[in-house]
Amino acid sequence: MSRNTISAAGWVLLAVLTAIATAQQATVPAAHNEVVIRNATVMTVTHGNIPNGSVYIKDGKIVAFGANVSAPASATVIDAGGKYLTPGIIDSHSHLALDNDVNEATSPVTPHMMMIDAFDYQDKAIYRALAGGVTTSLLLHGSANVIGGQAVVIKHKYGAERDAMLFPGAPRSIKFASGENPKRVYGSRDQLPSTRMGNFAVQREAFVQAQEYRRDWDDYDAKVKRGDKDAKPPKRDLKLEALADVLRGKLLVQIHCYRADELLTEMAIANEFGYKVRAFHHALEAYKVADKIAANGVAIATFADWWGYKREAFDAIPWNAVLSMRKGVRVAIKSDSDDFARRLNQEAAKTMRYGGATEEEVLKMITLNPAWIIGVDDRVGSIDVGKDADLVIWDGYPLSSYGVPNKVFIDGDVYFDCSLPGYGMPRYAGGQ
Amino acid sequence: MQAGKQVAGRWSLAAAIALVVGLSSISVFAQSKPVALKGGKLLTITHGTIENGVLVMSGGKISAVGAAGSVNIPPDAQVIDVTGMTVYPGLIDSETALGLTEISAEPMTNDLVEPSDNITPHMHVYDAFHGESELIPVARLNGITNAIVAPASSNTLPGQDSFIQLDGASAEEMLLIKDVAMPVNFTGEQRRNESWEKRKFPQTRMGMAAQLRQTFLDAQEYERSLADYEKKKSEFANPSASASDKDKSKDKKQPPTPPKRDLKLEALLPYLDGKKTIVLAAEEASDLETAVNLANEFHLKFVLNRISYSQPVLNYVASLKVPVIVGPIYTTPKPDARFDAVYSLPAQLYKRGVKVALASFDAHNVRNLPYQAGFATAFGLPYDEALKAVTLNPAEIWGVADRLGSLDSGKTANVVVANGDPLDFKADVKQVYIEGRAVPMTSRQTRLRDQYSSR
Repeated sequence: MSRNTISAAGWVLLAVLTAIATAQQATVPAAHNEVVIRNATVMTVTHGNIPNGSVYIKDGKIVAFGANVSAPASATVIDAGGKYLTPGIIDSHSHLALDNDVNEATSPVTPHMMMIDAFDYQDKAIYRALAGGVTTSLLLHGSANVIGGQAVVIKHKYGAERDAMLFPGAPRSIKFASGENPKRVYGSRDQLPSTRMGNFAVQREAFVQAQEYRRDWDDYDAKVKRGDKDAKPPKRDLKLEALADVLRGKLLVQIHCYRADELLTEMAIANEFGYKVRAFHHALEAYKVADKIAANGVAIATFADWWGYKREAFDAIPWNAVLSMRKGVRVAIKSDSDDFARRLNQEAAKTMRYGGATEEEVLKMITLNPAWIIGVDDRVGSIDVGKDADLVIWDGYPLSSYGVPNKVFIDGDVYFDCSLPGYGMPRYAGGQ
Repeated sequence: MQAGKQVAGRWSLAAAIALVVGLSSISVFAQSKPVALKGGKLLTITHGTIENGVLVMSGGKISAVGAAGSVNIPPDAQVIDVTGMTVYPGLIDSETALGLTEISAEPMTNDLVEPSDNITPHMHVYDAFHGESELIPVARLNGITNAIVAPASSNTLPGQDSFIQLDGASAEEMLLIKDVAMPVNFTGEQRRNESWEKRKFPQTRMGMAAQLRQTFLDAQEYERSLADYEKKKSEFANPSASASDKDKSKDKKQPPTPPKRDLKLEALLPYLDGKKTIVLAAEEASDLETAVNLANEFHLKFVLNRISYSQPVLNYVASLKVPVIVGPIYTTPKPDARFDAVYSLPAQLYKRGVKVALASFDAHNVRNLPYQAGFATAFGLPYDEALKAVTLNPAEIWGVADRLGSLDSGKTANVVVANGDPLDFKADVKQVYIEGRAVPMTSRQTRLRDQYSSR
């Protein structure tokens, strides 16, 4: 066989592969849409409300919004009939679609666990949250371990293929946990940690090791840079590599933490080792030390009114969110539950009754603030030009018992439409 | 109206309450003088909404209710201007664990159910009811004034419920009706099959059904032996009345011996003859039918409970002509169901003529009962019916509609004043009255709030 024929066969093969790849992409709802939503009460989150407003979407992004937008005649027009339009809801603490593979509870330090490896993209919980207006979720490792695994950020494009559901370019997050959970899990086996001092000792020990590991690699990298041919790379260790990345500031640190004293200790340890805490999750006693949390620039992802399920949740008060917010803390209301994920708008709305949060403050707790916690606030979380067209049209006022999503858009495509029969999903027909 | 007693200003309710509480400090648990709530929007439940109404409470009861001008306010009444406020009857939660738990994960604070056996009808929740639980004021602050306390549902026959009031001088006073009803749970949760090693009878639904049937048969047998004993006893006391002359000489020997007392079977007796209500819980359609057949076999009087996955047989449910304590509607639907399969259940039942009550099925989250009712309206339950599902309907189900569940003259003065729609999040409950007493609007949580927000 001549060189040329081989080359021709290679080209044919490449062409076939390209065709397959294109065909696969075609089944993924492509962000080539052009839609105008008219006649909506647009709740932008960042620029107040626009009565009788419009939003122009092109190729999955918000191109324009306002009282009037100029859009080409080719755009599909959706008349919202005066209903409310909000950004998609963002859940900054979820364990859905992980098929109960939430905790690798065999060691208190497991930063090398990747939640994407457990992500069950066909789980109907994704759909049920979508029907509640959720468009983005942070799927976290559980709280059994002092240092848990790395999260995956998804968009709720139920019916799409797995990789189409991953939030493109979302930063990496890692889950830490303090308090009762690690203590109970390992204490019940007479292992370290069995106490709160044990929890924090495990955490410090892990970071001391990570500092050494980072130093070894930095030394090696410096030698290579100098042209040292004899430089030997240190042995790769997935655990320490992940923690070294925490020290390098490459991961957002999400800490499960309840008690005021532990919130303070977690911040002290972060300062000691030089990493930043992105958010405290649950943080039910944040109201006791809110000024210090605010001073450290840490957000909280909390419940509206859930309490009393364990000792460290007994001082929870439903005013926590607003009291903390008034002291300057960035507050998100999160689900941590496949149930609450279906009605985060209602959970957040409770902060109006408990503390008098304003409409915009309530909306921020389930849009822009969780987006910041996940590190995607430049992409989603408000109705702004250039942001992803993740939007919800509501039947009823969204911050009430009566508000229910009518249509949910992700990247400009309708993924949920309440008026459709069966599941109400234009892009999923299975099991109807 | 005496000017001195008229409280000036619309928003001075708290001040007025402080005055009332102050005046009645000698006897905190009895309403000392009449209170008139004037100018509010009254949601009466039984006779519509009265804008600008007057409600008078005296001696712990509602003594008058009507439009302003049509109601005589007693001269000695404390008049409270509630203009702009909504006034409605105290809410009734048809299943809670109030007083049986404090911290879920701390076993020593939980008395939810006796796990040693599936058949424990002789358990009375009043024996464990902790009236000083911190959870009770938390629920009360959102307008819940009465509730069913039920044992947890993991036994088929877990014991008897009590009907409580969320305020009182003692637990005894809070327990309005002891042993008000008997739950029978048939949801599958009661199977003792959590692990092969721990397996225990009954492991299956057929085991559960057989065990229940045997228990009710034993109770019938016990009832017969008691009746037999009573008969013999009266024959012994009055030999001439029934026995023939021939037998008289024999009967003089021994009085009849009573049957050995059996607390389990004794607890079931009032339910065998349909005197008292069985709360029959099932989720799946198949379980529901099995449970109903069992109940009918023993002529039990029952209301249905939960039925979250019985959507395929709602017409059958309606044909039973019994009320349903549904949900909670937050129960996750089956994987192959539409997202609103459970949210819409109250509306679906109502459309078929079924009387519906809602319940939190919780303890810490009892305070969210009104929001559940509001949410049910988003899926088709009319607003008035949603209100009824947490007031009059439960009052009727639990046999207390003569004293609770609506704003009617003569009923217990369990009355709530809120600054808006009680079924929505914006409304703040300003005052709860129980038997006409202004209950302190504080809880462990408000104390923590005040302690830390003043820093």
